[in-house]
Amino acid sequence: MTVTEISHAIKRNPIMPLDMDIVLNTHVNPSATKRRAATLATRRSVKKNWQAAWLLKAITCIDLTTLAGDDTPGNVRRLAAKGRQPVRQDILEALGVADLGITVGAVCVYHTRIKDALEALEGTSIPVAAVSTGFPAGLSPFKQRIEEIYASVDAGAKEIDIVISREHVLQGNWQALYDEVCQMREACGESHMKTILATGELGPLWNVAMASKVCMMAGADFIKTSTGKESVNATLEVSLIMTRAIREHFERTGYKVGFKPAGGIRKAKEALAWLILIKEELGDAWLTPQLFRFGASSLLGDIERQLSHHVTGRYAAKHHMPMG
Amino acid sequence: MSTPSEKTVKELFETMEYGPAPESDANANAWLDSHERQFGAFIDNVWKAPAGLDTITVVNPARGQALAQIVDADEALVNEAVKAARNAFESWSQSSGHTRARYLYAIARCIQKHGRLFSVLESMDNGKPIRESRDIDITLVARHFYHHAGWAQLMATEMAGYQPVGVVGQVIPWNFPLLMLAWKIAPALAMGNTVVLKPAPYTPLTALLFAEIVAEAGLPPGVVNIVPGGDEAGAAIVAHPDIDKIAFTGSTNVGRILRKVTAGTGKKLSLELGGKSPYIVFEDADDDAAIEGLVDAIWFNQGQVCCAGSRLLVQENIAERFLEKLRVRMGKLRTGDSLDKSIDLGAVVDPVQYETIDRWVKIGVNEGASIFQPDIPMPENGCYYPPTLLTNVSPASTVVQEEIFGPVLVAMTFRTPAEAVQLANNTRYGLAASIWSENINLALEVAHKVKAGSVWVNCTNLFDGAAGFGGYRESGYGREGGKEGLMEYVRPDWQARPRPDLDRDALDVKAWSAATPALPSPIENSASKNGSPTIDRTAKLFIGGKQKRPDGNYNLPVHNPKGEVVGEVGDGNRKDIRDAVEAAHAAKGWADRTPHNRAQILYYIAENLAIREEEFAKRLRSMTGCSAKAAQNEVSLSIERLFTYAAWADKYGGSVQETTLAGLVVATHDYLGVIGIACPDEAPLLAFVSLVGPAIARGNTVIAIPSEVAPLAATDFYQILETSDLPGGVVNIVTGKRDHLTKTLAEHEDVDAMWYFGSAEGSYFVEQLSVSNLKRTWVNYGIARDWEDDQQGAGHEFLHHAIQVKNTWVPTGY
Repeated sequence: MTVTEISHAIKRNPIMPLDMDIVLNTHVNPSATKRRAATLATRRSVKKNWQAAWLLKAITCIDLTTLAGDDTPGNVRRLAAKGRQPVRQDILEALGVADLGITVGAVCVYHTRIKDALEALEGTSIPVAAVSTGFPAGLSPFKQRIEEIYASVDAGAKEIDIVISREHVLQGNWQALYDEVCQMREACGESHMKTILATGELGPLWNVAMASKVCMMAGADFIKTSTGKESVNATLEVSLIMTRAIREHFERTGYKVGFKPAGGIRKAKEALAWLILIKEELGDAWLTPQLFRFGASSLLGDIERQLSHHVTGRYAAKHHMPMG
Repeated sequence: MSTPSEKTVKELFETMEYGPAPESDANANAWLDSHERQFGAFIDNVWKAPAGLDTITVVNPARGQALAQIVDADEALVNEAVKAARNAFESWSQSSGHTRARYLYAIARCIQKHGRLFSVLESMDNGKPIRESRDIDITLVARHFYHHAGWAQLMATEMAGYQPVGVVGQVIPWNFPLLMLAWKIAPALAMGNTVVLKPAPYTPLTALLFAEIVAEAGLPPGVVNIVPGGDEAGAAIVAHPDIDKIAFTGSTNVGRILRKVTAGTGKKLSLELGGKSPYIVFEDADDDAAIEGLVDAIWFNQGQVCCAGSRLLVQENIAERFLEKLRVRMGKLRTGDSLDKSIDLGAVVDPVQYETIDRWVKIGVNEGASIFQPDIPMPENGCYYPPTLLTNVSPASTVVQEEIFGPVLVAMTFRTPAEAVQLANNTRYGLAASIWSENINLALEVAHKVKAGSVWVNCTNLFDGAAGFGGYRESGYGREGGKEGLMEYVRPDWQARPRPDLDRDALDVKAWSAATPALPSPIENSASKNGSPTIDRTAKLFIGGKQKRPDGNYNLPVHNPKGEVVGEVGDGNRKDIRDAVEAAHAAKGWADRTPHNRAQILYYIAENLAIREEEFAKRLRSMTGCSAKAAQNEVSLSIERLFTYAAWADKYGGSVQETTLAGLVVATHDYLGVIGIACPDEAPLLAFVSLVGPAIARGNTVIAIPSEVAPLAATDFYQILETSDLPGGVVNIVTGKRDHLTKTLAEHEDVDAMWYFGSAEGSYFVEQLSVSNLKRTWVNYGIARDWEDDQQGAGHEFLHHAIQVKNTWVPTGY
């Protein structure tokens, strides 16, 4: 079975009852986790054609993102255009992959910019993702947060990136977290829900593990590390904890939940480290945009330059790459 | 290396597989070529390859290709190296600590500068993954030289009272060729010694590159001499009379041979031997972390690691799930060429080692073990053993007892923490242990109870120049790294290298330890002043806190220098020793008493001795004929010594080591266990107190054999012990023929250490007889010390012999 075939067989993770035994039976050793994270990318290395292929895969897993106060229709359209055509055509041809239809995984914007993105992506299958529920702090009135989801789904967002109430995690109020996320999942309807844990604000690593478990029981399609706005965003150790929780959830329920590290991932080399982590901890089945995404804005540019280098043997200039 | 046919980007985009990621061997090959792939010995900073010597072919085990020819040194070449080292010793040992620090610093820098060349060469020579040689071996090598540059700088103050040992002979193994070299050479040089080092015949190349580095660092000729070779060279080093110390890392069997060969010669000896280290996983462990830990515990360096976590002990209630997880994880291990940057396991060092591993595994399976080897691609050529898990084994299984030294894990279950400790300690070895639990109370208690020199809590196989590494039990003795490691390369200032003049081959253990029958002899002046006879007072043995008649029911007269009988003591035999050892084991709770409590009891003993000062002085005079003043002085000093060790009872617990770990590394001065002490004839009370004092202050229990000629002060002493709250069995006193009793103690396999202050001949036999359980020995080679002198008769040297260092690694984080 090829990876594509496997990904077609993905059953959507449903809401299931909150099982507190599983949540509380969490054992995380932070220093061992850090040691593993620190050596993951030193134990595996991909070179030459393998590296080019892996970097192309990384592109297909990018949620190409702009979440700035000064976003306008103009820059969002430009970003979406880059998402449709993420790599210069001559590079794709030289790699022999021009017919693969490489695009990014999604374009991710604030609610107000959904329409602009959709227009720019017309004719493609690239979904538009909208951050929601009072992103990034998640502290607006709860009713309003739910309504925001409905509004974004109505506007055509196929993916909703929600934020959880950090308060519930920090207070150990798992029932409240579960209830909140369940309601958000229901509001998402057919759109996929990416649950942002904002791990940089959750305290010790075991809180991340427990929050991951609760969110998956509450029907998360993806769990995501960060909004990109916390002072600490995606790290490999947090990703290890979350992917291990995903693996355990799959072993227990048979449902595959996706994973999205976001924030601070800017270099092709870092992207490879995350792909290695996914391959090692979750396996090849997760190496697909259906189950893995990078939340990133500048990563694509670096990957494109590395691919250019692979093709030409010369280090590439930034201004030779079309901007997004 | 054969390049697999390049797959297209398009195909790989679908399969997302790993490909080859080779590290270049160009520089290493260029270096080998620059030597025409032929190497001699490095003596006096010059390459020496006398014509006519045999050579050894060095092979890359990952590819089965010959890399170089090295000289197989003979005795003459070793002699030349020792001569060079001896010549260099004079000025090197006199050089300032700062000068030596500069050289060690220069070596550290050179290692770093040539780091990649060293790691590539190491992986080619040994077969280990380049990731390990690059990120672990060579990094630790540089760290070790940096750390010891510091000890050279500080020797004058931090090692005050100690001098270098002299010329050191070092024999190292093939599993961590350059790292073992660093562990040997750095402390030796820091403390002012010069060395003759023999690398393993399989893996000499990085040692030879190191020789060039030494010259580059400007080290004076003769300070470091590298003599490649096999058994003949090794034997010549070990037997050489002008070598003052042997440091060895290797198998326990060879360690035993070295102990025998060096016995009685006055050479210091440190042994870093085998292990079968437990890897204990409790129900509340982070199981994913523990699984990754296992990868680093048993598949690091293909399991060819003396401290490999090769004995998995997992709590019964999580065992099934944990082992299933482990099997899945094993399926993700990658095996391949040692220079591939994407592999977990490389090649084992040689086909001979492959056969050894395979033989053990077959024995395991024949005895009923279930074997699991994952279905992973294995290279077609080269010497590769698959990662292997053996279940359905028990402590009775051969594969659970024996060190396999390969990528083979055996797994068993336990029910409770107490049972985990029992199983962990159910071994001859005691090198390392790994403990996985999120409960700090549990983890640290198990760390405390497990018998091992390195204990890793929620981690495994971590090393650092600042933390001593070395074994308990038959894993050897001595430490490498940290301040504790320096002790192997120094001797007290006042002490010269003992050179006993013995014809060892002519000595006969039976004659030495003979029990000569005692005949009844009248006690002089037995009739009293008033005409009625004095009440007979024959000292008994003191075993388990009770006065015991000797098992054989014979007694020995005690004579004064004029030959008059001044008393009688029991003539103990091997059964009395047996009983005393049992009693000493039963009293092991002594080690768990608080240090404060042990101090109080030692003070109390001193107090009770002080009350009877006159009586003891009189006893000493009657036995030894010394002056009243001398006798008085000996008793006073004995009281002072008891104060000294009461003081040390709560001031020698260990220290915090400053390693690269984020967390705490604690060096604990653990007790040794049961110590046999054969006391000297000189200073019969003071020497007895000076030896028993430090032993019990540090939590050991002892079997003391008092001076044979003047035992009555020691037997009087048991009345003091009886009234001082000392628990029965902590101090056992067996009188009789010292050497006859010593033999039984020295070869007793449940005695952890033997201290012997008697003849040169006796010292030889004690060292020789100690091999069956590799007990620690401390002997005087027949040279008396001045027990009244505070330097010779008390202090750190005594405390150091009374403990073994355990380094516990506790990473921290949230």
